[in-house]
Amino acid sequence: MCGIVGLYLKNQSLENQLGSMFAPMLEAMTGRGPDSAGFAIYGDQVFDGSTKITLRHPDLEYDWDTLAHRAQTHLAVSVTFMRNHHAAVFKVATDAQTASGYFATHAPEVALLSAGQSIEILKAVGLPAEISSDFNLTSMQGSHIIGHTRMATESAVTLEGSHPFSTGQDLCLVHNGSFSNHNRLRTELAYHGYQMQTENDTEVAAGYLTWRMDQGDTLDQSLQHALQDLDGFYTLAIGTKNGFAVIRDPIACKPAVLAETDDYVAMASEYQALTSLVNIEHARIWEPEPATIYSWQRDSQQG
Amino acid sequence: MQSINLAEHSVRQLNQLLHDQYHHFDQPQWQVSATSGQHNIACGLNQKLEVNIDGHVGYFCAGMNQLAHVTVHGNAGQGVAENMMSGTVHVKGDASSAAGATAHGGLLIIDGNTGARCGISMKGCDIVVKGNVGHMSCFMAQAGTLVVCGDAGEALGDSLYETVIYVKGKVQSLGADCVEKPLTKKHLMQLKKLLKSADTEEDPSQFKRYGSARQLYNFKVDNAY
Repeated sequence: MCGIVGLYLKNQSLENQLGSMFAPMLEAMTGRGPDSAGFAIYGDQVFDGSTKITLRHPDLEYDWDTLAHRAQTHLAVSVTFMRNHHAAVFKVATDAQTASGYFATHAPEVALLSAGQSIEILKAVGLPAEISSDFNLTSMQGSHIIGHTRMATESAVTLEGSHPFSTGQDLCLVHNGSFSNHNRLRTELAYHGYQMQTENDTEVAAGYLTWRMDQGDTLDQSLQHALQDLDGFYTLAIGTKNGFAVIRDPIACKPAVLAETDDYVAMASEYQALTSLVNIEHARIWEPEPATIYSWQRDSQQG
Repeated sequence: MQSINLAEHSVRQLNQLLHDQYHHFDQPQWQVSATSGQHNIACGLNQKLEVNIDGHVGYFCAGMNQLAHVTVHGNAGQGVAENMMSGTVHVKGDASSAAGATAHGGLLIIDGNTGARCGISMKGCDIVVKGNVGHMSCFMAQAGTLVVCGDAGEALGDSLYETVIYVKGKVQSLGADCVEKPLTKKHLMQLKKLLKSADTEEDPSQFKRYGSARQLYNFKVDNAY
């Protein structure tokens, strides 16, 4: 069992409240996942040609200043960062491949959690309330956010096993369930040049969507393919730079509830996680249908 | 009337108070508020109580119910009235999957829609859904009646035993060994009674009846031990 939650703002004037709206949702799912928790938040977008990278080092005293200085000297571009607990969000004035490549090669002691123009992934072992407080989630701003609370069943409670996983730029998914064909898919993705970092089945699903979107699929098209190729029980909440989506497998064993108002779309494993939202009593609340794609895109909404 | 606010009391405290009525029946009416989608509300009742629940409830609400009349003024999560033995459970909103699962008796009324597997393995209760039911409803259902005033999802009545299913709207597909059967006078009477008990104005003659073709299981006495 795990808990997943997502919140996508339709009303941009609420963006400074995203973290404070979302923190109680994540904490409400403690019963479904007390072992570790994490979230991917989208906002504070960097310009084209620049990259945002979330890095983590287990040592809270890690010298991020020196790492930023080294990166700036080596890459000869502007490098700034914001420390947040044992993570740091770097903004590097170069493309994602060059920036990620630098840290992978020259700073193997830090783990790379996400790369893109908008995404930041923060996660840790412990209770959701502790993780929310450590990262000061309530003060965070952005356009949308997805989160996961983990009850470990198949592998150990470690930071490496904590969700969410990101395998491509600005792409992230959170997952409740299990995939039965992840091993074969991992092999196929490796054949296409996508190496997964862990043995986790959720990472394979994220890698699959990355591969499909690199092939030119839109978010919805990639999810249509996923419904054909992913085998297992799953409810997924997916974030991209401008989009948010929810799908369930055709059997729909894993729970999900959606709520929509003029201001937001919220998703959770259980209704309990939605009760703290403003105006929830007037929201349209429904259970997503099996094998059906629900998605919201910021661009299409504005255009 | 007793009023319990679940922001001030735990579900465990509420259920204990309701269970105490089995031994000392002095409070027939109960009002429950501030539910916030919590699980296991009003489970295991065994007394002629009238319980009104204001707000949405989580999993297994009114599970194992006996004798009590429970009304949910909101939506219900998975497994509402699961394994009910008798009494009535009425959900004014929608219900999630496995509504009335394995229920042996009593009446479950859903004013809205249900998710997947409504009445899965039901063993004798009556279920009236005024909206639609999701896929695999009445999967392996053994006895009792499911009435659907709206549409039914895929694989209705898959591997059905002796539950009788009435559907007014579209059936997306029938499951293995589930077939349409004639709506006889006897069935019309049964359906009319059920629709009346759920307080709907639906015309029984608009419904179709579905049941088991009895090809997947065997009644032969030779197979009994």
